[in-house]
Amino acid sequence: MSDAFLSVRNLYFTYDDGIEALHNVTLDIYRNELFVLFGPARAGKSTLLRLCNRLSDLSEHTERQGAITLNGKDIFAADINISALRRRVSMVFAIPTPLPGSIHANLVYGLKLAGIRDKGELERRVERSLRQAALWDEVKDRLDTSALALSGGQRQRLCLARSLALEPEIILLDNPTSGLDPISTATVEESLYELKQRYTIIMVPHSVQQAARVADRAAFLLNGELIEVGRAERMFVHPQDQRTEDYITGRFG
Amino acid sequence: MSRQQANKLAVGVLTVVAAIVVIPILLVIVYVVWQGLPALSWAFLTEAPRNGMKEGGIMPALLGTILLTLGTAIVSFPLSIATAIYLAEYAGDNRLTRWIRMAIVNLAGIPSIVYGLFGLGAFVLFMGFGTSILAGSLTLGIMTMPVVISTAEEAILAVPQQFRTVSLSLGASRWQTIRYQVLPHALPGIITGIILGLGRAAGETAPILFTVAAFYVPELPRSIFDQTMALPYHLYVISTQVPGMPLQIQYGAALVLLLIVLSFTLVATLVRTQMRRRREW
Repeated sequence: MSDAFLSVRNLYFTYDDGIEALHNVTLDIYRNELFVLFGPARAGKSTLLRLCNRLSDLSEHTERQGAITLNGKDIFAADINISALRRRVSMVFAIPTPLPGSIHANLVYGLKLAGIRDKGELERRVERSLRQAALWDEVKDRLDTSALALSGGQRQRLCLARSLALEPEIILLDNPTSGLDPISTATVEESLYELKQRYTIIMVPHSVQQAARVADRAAFLLNGELIEVGRAERMFVHPQDQRTEDYITGRFG
Repeated sequence: MSRQQANKLAVGVLTVVAAIVVIPILLVIVYVVWQGLPALSWAFLTEAPRNGMKEGGIMPALLGTILLTLGTAIVSFPLSIATAIYLAEYAGDNRLTRWIRMAIVNLAGIPSIVYGLFGLGAFVLFMGFGTSILAGSLTLGIMTMPVVISTAEEAILAVPQQFRTVSLSLGASRWQTIRYQVLPHALPGIITGIILGLGRAAGETAPILFTVAAFYVPELPRSIFDQTMALPYHLYVISTQVPGMPLQIQYGAALVLLLIVLSFTLVATLVRTQMRRRREW
């Protein structure tokens, strides 16, 4: 396996209210893999995800120790361009939030801010990202209608497309199928296989079952600590740690 | 008493109380319209007062009020909105911002005559603007700032937090997020605050008393350093300072002032409903 693309070293993160969300977490994520962070509520999964593109900066008065490097470069370094970082490591939230405005406006919002003015380039990215998110056929004739008129599943795919349009290197998916019906869930899961050919994906899954279905490698987090990390086909069948096994087999959580 | 009876009684009492609040306002409006309407004419709006103000119209005062309202807008809004953006989006909760907020709350409660005296001391005398449109606009502008700041801040805070998070996550800077995702959605509320502030500025007498208002100037102002007549002060003058003033002219001027202030409120309401209807979330 090649060198780590994103590496997390001895990461501690404590929120304003004194709750320690992450405790000494160390792991490596490689290019073009689908890496799953799973565990019960309050395990620190979302916190870790938000640290990867520094959306954690928005949570005030926090304690942070340790390092995250992207391609060897410390993302907390003073000279890092946060906007550029968030375009390279793009987040899709659990609750899909289209911005008010048209479907098209949602897709080009980040692109225009990134300084892309060329109309042809914008249109090319709009179509390609919608196709990658499996939404193109449903919305290609109504790109100028309100994004808020879309159904829940379509919204989720729009938000995915919005991230993809930025042509990021890493996509952070925070429970991308929450609130979706089984068919939409299957659509999203299928598109993940396509996506990881081009992108590196870090995902917090909806359930252990989903984690087992989609992951290449997985990490089990519990109360902010990394319990176990490994290849999915091994981990979900022969977990090494008793706590992982208890969680996977449904004895808690 | 059964539950239904108690309910009916409560509704009845509340209706009466609400009516008691509304009736005096309606009576004032109806009475001023009834007394003042006969005086209204094109000439009344476009002619200067004549013959010791006992004849003619109110044009210089009307124009003065329009100019002062504009001046107030120019002074108050950039400052107020910048302050609201700072307080809502940038300022944390620290000693400085607590002081700023306390100052704003207290400014809102200061009697308008105190603003007038402050304007006299600060702008007319200390800065040497003299009794002028500039001094009056600055005074009125400062007076309207608290209400505009509070409504604008509220409108900004009412924009859902997720829009900011999403915008930032797509690589927008903080200012770009405010510019493209916060201010457009806060605009209806901000505009409402602005118009209500202007309505108040247009109707106030005390702040302009020492800073700009002229008892009577035959010619129109030519620069912001000139004095001007203004409708509220003109109304005060012709109601109390001119013996033998025809009642009709007094009520005519009162009606015009009332219409100006009411139209500000009406426009504010219309803008708000219109923009709320277009709002998508």
